[in-house]
Formats: sequence, C-alpha cells, structure tokens
Amino acid sequence: MGTIELDGAGVEVPGAGDADPPRQLLLPTTLTLSERRIAVIGPNGSGKSTLVRLLNGLVRPSVGRVVVHGVDVGRHPRQARRKVGFCFTDPSAQLVMPTCVEDVELSLRRDERDGTRRRARALAALAEMGLTDQAEQSVHTLSGGQKQLLALAGVLATGPEVLVADEPTTLLDLANSRRVATLLLGLAQQLVLVTHDLDLARRCDRALLVADGAVRLDGEPGEVVEAYVRSVEQDAR
Amino acid sequence: MSTPVAFYRPGTTVLHRTPAAVKLVALLIVSVTVVVLHGPVPTASGAGLAVVAAVVARLPWRAAARASRSIVVIAVVAAALQWWWYDAATALETLVDLLALSLLALVLTLTTSVVALVDVLTRALRPLRPLGVDPDRVALAIMLAIGALPTMVVLARESRDAASARGLDRSVRAHVTPFVVRVVARAHETGDALAARGIDD
Repeated sequence: MGTIELDGAGVEVPGAGDADPPRQLLLPTTLTLSERRIAVIGPNGSGKSTLVRLLNGLVRPSVGRVVVHGVDVGRHPRQARRKVGFCFTDPSAQLVMPTCVEDVELSLRRDERDGTRRRARALAALAEMGLTDQAEQSVHTLSGGQKQLLALAGVLATGPEVLVADEPTTLLDLANSRRVATLLLGLAQQLVLVTHDLDLARRCDRALLVADGAVRLDGEPGEVVEAYVRSVEQDAR
Repeated sequence: MSTPVAFYRPGTTVLHRTPAAVKLVALLIVSVTVVVLHGPVPTASGAGLAVVAAVVARLPWRAAARASRSIVVIAVVAAALQWWWYDAATALETLVDLLALSLLALVLTLTTSVVALVDVLTRALRPLRPLGVDPDRVALAIMLAIGALPTMVVLARESRDAASARGLDRSVRAHVTPFVVRVVARAHETGDALAARGIDD
C-alpha cells in the first residue's frame, strides 16, 4: 500500500474585506497515512472536508505540501486526480449523463478512445456494483442507494489507487448505507472515509478526529471514536 | 419523471443500429431539401419519410406526443400566421414541414445515445481546433446542459413546495431565491465532481 503524506499542509481563505480577517480552514497539518482504511470523524464545519479535498487537489494548500503515492498534488494535480478517486455525499451532483452506462463511459473517455471497448468496460464496472439491469436506465430513475453505487462505479472504473469518500452514506437508508459501507471497506484501494457513522469509523484501521481546523486525535478507531463521543457528551452537560 | 425533453430509448431496430453520423447528415439533407423545395410533392415525401422512420424506429408514441407538445403549438401558430399573410396552401406546407422535421429529429434523439451524438459533434468540430475551439469542452458543455434539465425541474419543484409549506405560495422571492441559490450550489458541486473525475483535464 502506498503512502499519503501531508507535510505542514494548511488552508487559509482570505476574509471578505478589511474588517474581516483571513480564516484558517485547516491549520498546518503533518500526517503520514499508510493504513488501508482511514476514517475521518468530527463535528460539522471542523475541516474534515477541507482535509480530504487536499488529497486530490480540489483544495490547494496555502502552506505546506501534500504527496499522495509519490505524486506532489500541488505540482501535478492532474496526475493526482488519476490516482485519487473522490466520492461525494450527494451522488446526484456528480451524475451528469442521461443513462447509467453513459455516465460511467464519461469517466472512461480519457483512457479509452475506442467506443466499443469503452462501453464494454463501463458495463463491467456496472456489473461489479450489481447495476447490470439498470445500465440503460435514466440516472434519475435510480434510488438513492443505486445512485451512490453508480457514482462509485464511475469513480472506480478508471482504477484509482486511493478512494476518498466524503460522507458517502449520509443520505442513504440503513440497508443501502450498509451495502455501500461493506463495498467501500472491502475495496483493494486505500480508502479515506469521512463519516458521521461511528460504527463505520470503528471498522477502519485508523481514525483521525478533526475539530476546529486541526487533527486533534489520531489512532486506533475504537479509542478515537470513544474520545469523540466523550467530548460531545461533556460539551452537552 | 415527465419532462418536456425526449431522451434515448435503447432498442435494436435498423435506425438504432445506424451510425449517429449517418443519421445526423441524413436529417440535415432532408431538412434543407424540405425547406428549399416548395410544392406538395416534397412536403408529402418529407411527411411520409418521417412517419416511416417513426414506425421503423418503433417510436414510443406516448413519450413522443409528450415531447412534441410544445413544438406542435409553435407549428400551429406559425401556420396560422402564414395563413393570415399568404394563403392556406403555404400555411399547410409550413405546418406539415415543421411537424415532419420535428418528428424526424425526435426519431434521431430517441434512437441515438447522447454519447454517440456528442462523439459525432466532437469529430465534426475537430477541424476548428486551430481557431481555438476545444471540441471536447464543447461536447462536455452540451452534455452538462442536457443533463441539467431534469435536475433544474426537480430543484424548482422542491423550492416551490418549500415555499408552499411555509404558506408563501404567492411570494416570488420565496420561490426564486432558494432556487437560484441551489442551482448555483449544484453547479459548484458538479464542477468539483467533474474536476475530481478528471473529466476536464
């Protein structure tokens, strides 16, 4: 398994005007991630999404460096995006084509110029997600769970080495979120999973607790989750 | 979902299997011919051709009727104006020509996947590359626009329902503000997703 390295990487956004100071979305962070499945937990607005968006260059660090499996993300964002697949909370936002098979084909356009082979690869990717019967259906007729599976098929079809998933099960019902979770945790790829589902976080190999723009705790998932729950209960008192 | 836009329906008819480029060029030739040549013969042949194509493609009639509702209205209005300005024969020709061509266009969209159409377009635009036209970008923009239509319908409906739930049925602002905000937010999300998938590289 490759290594994801953050070397003093931080993100700052400028304020709206003179009276508005710049805001630190993520304080300079140094991390070395080499486990297969890494959970990122923490409150809303704490910087989890910013942290994981650094990994594929959707967010650029204002200080420091991010290196994913040997690729400097700041310097080679295109190469980084080929290595790092990204799965969003709301699959509807990333499904852009009318039918399922066409959406997966869109991901493959760059790698496969030949139309027939492109379709065959897209159908194979759908089959892996159990979506063979929906291949020619409109993406708008799918259930929420099927949409997320389709989004994953589109992302995984190009064979990334790392998959970053930002709350992939938040919008799903119990059965679908279990299905997506099992699939994600069973992937051969390195997985960085942002989630509010603490049971899911416990099933990972390592967990990061992010709060107020910094990684506050890093370690064995069971302990990190425990500490997070305790801190929330303390604040509620 | 019922949208006023017709989408590809997979099938195995001759017209489904004909390459998209052939169908596009054929539609172009028929359109120009029908419009340039006047008289009952070209008009009747155009209409006949359209009906035959629709039958051969096993056009789903109900979906076709729903998709052509607005074009029928436009054709009728155009014909009425022609009747007023010229005579009944010209009006009839305009009406039949417009309906025949829209039927043919419908056959094209219902038997050809968007990807196949966009591929043809990408190839056709390639000679314009020295002029600064990026064919892949144009193709992607068209696909996004087509894909965005149903999404906009859903967002509009949800914004309207949310306004109604607050008892603000009549407030234009309560309908439009959340709709615009959500459309822009959705555009940002889609942009991020495209970037993440490396589609715009």
